[in-house]
Amino acid sequence: MMYAVVVGALLVSLCLLLVRALLGPTVFDRALAGNAIGTVAMLLLAIFQFVSGRPEFVDLALVYGLLNIVGTIAVQKFFRYGDLGEPGVADEEHRL
Amino acid sequence: MHRFHSISVVASLFVFWLVLSGYFTPFLMSAGLASSVLVVWFAHRMSVIDREGHPLELRGGVLSYWPWLIVEIVKSAWTVSKIIMHPRLPISPTMLRVKMTQTSSVGQVMYANSITLTPGTISVAIEGDEILVHALTQAGADDLAGGEMDRRVSTCEVRA
Amino acid sequence: MSAAIDILSMILMSVGGVFCVIGAIGVLRMPGFYTRMHAASVIDTLGASLIIVGLLLQSGFTLASGKLLILWLLIFFCSPTASHSLANAAHRRGVIPWQSDQGAKSSSKN
Repeated sequence: MMYAVVVGALLVSLCLLLVRALLGPTVFDRALAGNAIGTVAMLLLAIFQFVSGRPEFVDLALVYGLLNIVGTIAVQKFFRYGDLGEPGVADEEHRL
Repeated sequence: MHRFHSISVVASLFVFWLVLSGYFTPFLMSAGLASSVLVVWFAHRMSVIDREGHPLELRGGVLSYWPWLIVEIVKSAWTVSKIIMHPRLPISPTMLRVKMTQTSSVGQVMYANSITLTPGTISVAIEGDEILVHALTQAGADDLAGGEMDRRVSTCEVRA
Repeated sequence: MSAAIDILSMILMSVGGVFCVIGAIGVLRMPGFYTRMHAASVIDTLGASLIIVGLLLQSGFTLASGKLLILWLLIFFCSPTASHSLANAAHRRGVIPWQSDQGAKSSSKN
């Protein structure tokens, strides 16, 4: 099976990243691991299109990638400003 | 020029719609074209569309910049991989400030994104015309401080 | 001909998978938050690109390859943005970068 190697490698890296997400001393480590898990899951979905022969999965991968980015930016914004409704203008004095 | 810009936005949105939908019947294609035109028209009325979102004038420079950037990414990713697999983990993380010579914000974003995209360097913050960069190794920091990437992004921007 | 393309795409995807594992090991091994980010960007750039190029060879010139190209562009434009926003948030929150002099001390002992 030609996809076995790459799927196995991706699953191994998923597990390793999951360990970092569980260990992660700071919340940013967890967010970073979550972002990387999202990228790996996106790649897995893109490969799964060819494994299962169903072309819908690449659309799922696209949506997953978009959600991943929005999610990461939302998490960082929440932990930076403590509030998602903050306008977050660059030159504004930040609240800690 | 303004009209040409709008037409180009409509064209790229339509191509995007076509790739995502995969329908090639006349009715659905005209519906897709109509929705692209409507979206651009609404965006104009709301004035949320600007030159930065669709920097048409960068098209020439970008084509010569991207191949160089890809080669650079592969080289530095290989270096970072070697560092990761090295048993002693020979890293020397440094923070440094890099001067930007770009004038437009699109050029500055291009430069900062290129720095982050290259493994081994991450742009942490932008302060005035300087980028605060975190580099994994001293060698990577020196490489960036040499300013070749900055020069290339600036030429790409100036050629526009 | 198609067998050669199959083998080439399998090699590309396997190498990409290996780079993903290396990046994940780096995320696990590196000390400190900022250094972990560098390891994660190996996954985002080289690992993802090699796998997507392998899949592009597999799909040929079809609609699926167009979607894979969009996926590639999405990764290349948005992953540095997400990384930068994370690094910026950590910087504003005062996450202290892991200092190299600790490493210098420990390596000078060796």
